[in-house]
Amino acid sequence: MEILIQQIVSGVATGAIYACMALAIVMIYQAIHHLNFAQGEMAMFSTFVAWQLLAWGVPYWLAFVLTVTLSFAGGLIVERLVFKPIENAPVLSHVVIFIALFAIFNSLAGFIWNFEIKPFPSPFGSGALFGGLMSPHQAGMIAVTLVVLALLYIFFRFTRIGLAMRAAAANPESARLVGIRVGWMTALGWGMASAIGAVAGMMIAPVVFLEPNMMVSILLYGFAGAVLGGLTSPVGAVIGGLAVGIIENLAGTYIPVVGPELKLPVALFVIIAVLVVRPSGLLGRKTVQRV
Amino acid sequence: MRRIHSRLAILGALAAATTLTVVAASADETTGITDKTIKIGNIMPYSGPASAYSQIAKTDVAYMKMLNDNGGVCGRQIDFISYDDGYSPPKAVEQARKLVESDQVALIFNSLGTPSNSAIQKYMNAKKTPQLFVATGASKFGDPKNFPWTMGWQPDYVSEGKIYARFLLKNMPDAKIGVLYQNDDYGKDYLNGLKTGLGDKASSMIVAEQPYETSDPTVDSQMVNLKGSGANVFFNVATPKFAAQAIKKAAELGWKPTQLLNSVSNSVGAVLKPAGLEASKGVISALYLKDSQDPQWKDDEGMKKWNAFMDKYYPDGDKNSSFTIYGYAVSQTLEKVLQGACGDFTHSGIMKSAANLKNVDLDLTPPGIQVNTSATDFYPLQDMQLIKFDGKRWEAFGDVVSGADTQ
Amino acid sequence: MAIREEGTAITAKGPVSRLGARNWAGILVVLVLAALPLFLTNFTVFQLTMMLIYVIAILGLNLLTGINGQFSLGHGAFYAIGAYTAAILMEDAGLAYGWTLPAAGIICFVSGFLFGLPALRLEGIYLALATFGLAVAMPQFLKLSVIEPWTGGVQGIVIMKPDAPFGLPLSQDQWLYYFTLVVGLLLYWFAVNLVSSRSGRALMAIRDNPLAARAMGINSALYKSLAFGVSAAFTGIAGALGAIVVQFVAPDSFTFFLSVALFVGLVVGGVGWLPGALVGGAFVVFVPNIAEHFNKALAGAVYGVILILLIYLMPTGAGGLVRKVADFIGRRFRSRPDR
Repeated sequence: MEILIQQIVSGVATGAIYACMALAIVMIYQAIHHLNFAQGEMAMFSTFVAWQLLAWGVPYWLAFVLTVTLSFAGGLIVERLVFKPIENAPVLSHVVIFIALFAIFNSLAGFIWNFEIKPFPSPFGSGALFGGLMSPHQAGMIAVTLVVLALLYIFFRFTRIGLAMRAAAANPESARLVGIRVGWMTALGWGMASAIGAVAGMMIAPVVFLEPNMMVSILLYGFAGAVLGGLTSPVGAVIGGLAVGIIENLAGTYIPVVGPELKLPVALFVIIAVLVVRPSGLLGRKTVQRV
Repeated sequence: MRRIHSRLAILGALAAATTLTVVAASADETTGITDKTIKIGNIMPYSGPASAYSQIAKTDVAYMKMLNDNGGVCGRQIDFISYDDGYSPPKAVEQARKLVESDQVALIFNSLGTPSNSAIQKYMNAKKTPQLFVATGASKFGDPKNFPWTMGWQPDYVSEGKIYARFLLKNMPDAKIGVLYQNDDYGKDYLNGLKTGLGDKASSMIVAEQPYETSDPTVDSQMVNLKGSGANVFFNVATPKFAAQAIKKAAELGWKPTQLLNSVSNSVGAVLKPAGLEASKGVISALYLKDSQDPQWKDDEGMKKWNAFMDKYYPDGDKNSSFTIYGYAVSQTLEKVLQGACGDFTHSGIMKSAANLKNVDLDLTPPGIQVNTSATDFYPLQDMQLIKFDGKRWEAFGDVVSGADTQ
Repeated sequence: MAIREEGTAITAKGPVSRLGARNWAGILVVLVLAALPLFLTNFTVFQLTMMLIYVIAILGLNLLTGINGQFSLGHGAFYAIGAYTAAILMEDAGLAYGWTLPAAGIICFVSGFLFGLPALRLEGIYLALATFGLAVAMPQFLKLSVIEPWTGGVQGIVIMKPDAPFGLPLSQDQWLYYFTLVVGLLLYWFAVNLVSSRSGRALMAIRDNPLAARAMGINSALYKSLAFGVSAAFTGIAGALGAIVVQFVAPDSFTFFLSVALFVGLVVGGVGWLPGALVGGAFVVFVPNIAEHFNKALAGAVYGVILILLIYLMPTGAGGLVRKVADFIGRRFRSRPDR
């Protein structure tokens, strides 16, 4: 019983990592109705920028704010620069661009900062909480995730820009007719997703250590969490992320023989099962298609 | 329509093939060797999941440059060609073929990774081209009977596992051991070495085995299970990133077992610092190379040479990383092998020289640890020194142990 | 009217005289491919064989995504299944390499079909995610300790390379090249015929307007699953060939980077344009090498930049480019006024 509780708590802690990432994924989905496979790499790159600032002696919170701002700007610029020229290209070509961005960010990060792991400081201190199952940092990470979640929720539900962004993504033509500048909405979405990604990266790095490949597997678990919760729901993303963390831990501990080997496939099985049974996720909005 | 063209194609091929029968023959004994140069190939993961190890390749490249500046070896300049395989076996095969057939190298040196080396092993032996000092401790690469052209370099993982087993049997015979291991060749080799070394007591002493995959973001779940198993010895068979996470998590969990750390991850700068120096106090490991952070080597001749080398030839390299030490040491071994082959500078000559290293000291091996090979012993390094971390640096204790006794 | 079909290349048959030009181009390509090994070193022949193998794999993917409109980022998984089938049959069961191809084809067809069934409920981005998940999970499955006695676990399986039969004076590499070329041509011929048949038109109808297709009585579920199966079979056969040529299979050979590479090859070649697979295959094999040549440390970044530039130049892939050029040429030589 004790192990069960411990694994669940530990799962929540790991799940917080996935939830952070899932929020960035939901953000970009809300903006472009697509999944950006380079999201993780952009988050990793932002975290390296933060690390560099810290290495140059900038105090933590200043570096944090600077990184988030730079990431926002960076995301915006990437969208305007890279995607605008091909806005009319088919969807699959866009996906190839995501892949290209993935390669570029990963390679650049390795080139500039090399591939060895680097410790990344946490603003929440180290030590132990809850009998050692969670560190203050992991608790802090959960808190930050919830704050970002709340901000996002308010943004989408209660602000005009949030509504405009959702409209632009759902139906660009109609949105244009109503006067929404779809191009800038998309760019804004990218900027916000990059900013959230930067926050996620800075929260995740103290736990898993900073290196260019740190986000590759986390991205997948983040996708699982986002899909489980529903790609249209930030709250769902967080719940989904936490759930994936717990499921993964329990699977690894209790499924005999192959449990630990199958942690990743279990996450994927979760994605597929949810997608088949309830494509809109636990809390997502169902889309209805007109014939 | 298509059938005619296929037939035409085959006829054409037959006609011209007679001129091309000199294909697929084994590489000539002097391929890649001229009076003035020797071409040496290298395959490393510059990209992909194992890209952290590319520092070794960069160190190798720098060392070859230093050799060339000092007149080369056997009067010949070294043309060092290094390619990226992204840790992918098919790519490794492609790069190996490129090196051997297109670039016509004399030998492939220090290629990294068990999967990549497994993929090219048969090919290299078929082509009678030396596959020297592969950068992996998998025990399968020291098999002169079946693969006479392949040789490892670092102490193999199985032997190291046995060394830890003997330590435990002597000092903690009632220990309860929990093992965290990477679920691949590397991790399983260590685990098997431990089990073989413990003999019949293995099943009673090892109370928990927790594998992890490189795709796991953290090993927290496994550490929780290990603590819960009641183990009082923790055998940490993980690569740097995960080893650091494990040590950190153990401290956070308030779990204080005797920790045995595999030598792949015992770099102070790359592992213990991120994990936390306090948390790493008391960790035991084994080494066969000098630690650049250790003040006892401050005035050591070999260490001074290494420092000078790094400053001049690889200033961007990380002096805190064990990879730069490793690269220098393995390159120096190659230098000695080549120099020993001056009289018979051919593929077989080089292989013979490699199989004839007797009590060789390297700049970066601590006293007592030497390189030894013979026609039946293709494990150049088998000696290791047990070390304990005191919170600041690794302290040697006990005698140099040889994995060879336990072979 | 017929000129347009020249560009689209695989839709309904047009007047015979127009088909002539397209066929001549095809014959020329085949002749060049057949003649190449005679002038090149064994290593380059090996690379070209790998290229042909990827062409077959991409062809399979094109059938699914280009013709049937189902997004797949997981074809590396089927490639892996085909490769392991060949390896296990050759090493454990002692089967001759030639027979492993149909075996791989059948097994992959079944797995593709089975995967296609739950995939029926998924569209667009969700299908992409599910297939992506499959691709990422495949190496884990291959490493499973329970099936290690057959798969060799992490160590993988080493395979013997076959010699040219009947004592033909061909090197192993040349023989395997011609073997792959013949298999590739057969599969291409099959694909072309499939696409221009009724089933092909049904598949394309499902792609273009699923609701209308269903309304017209096409059994969407069956066709979509069959498309998955056939597509997987193609890629599986490519995988089997790959295993024979590389002589080694291991879980690390089949990471999701492979699926991504196949997908990129598909888009670069032109989604829906079958001959584009040749361009895609060449891209997959040669562009990473070019990128590495430029700058080893930044090879990934160079590759990404090349990819972006290519998409800018040809947003719809090589197929789109060819179509535009064919249109342009057609318009200049038309006797009738432009519409």
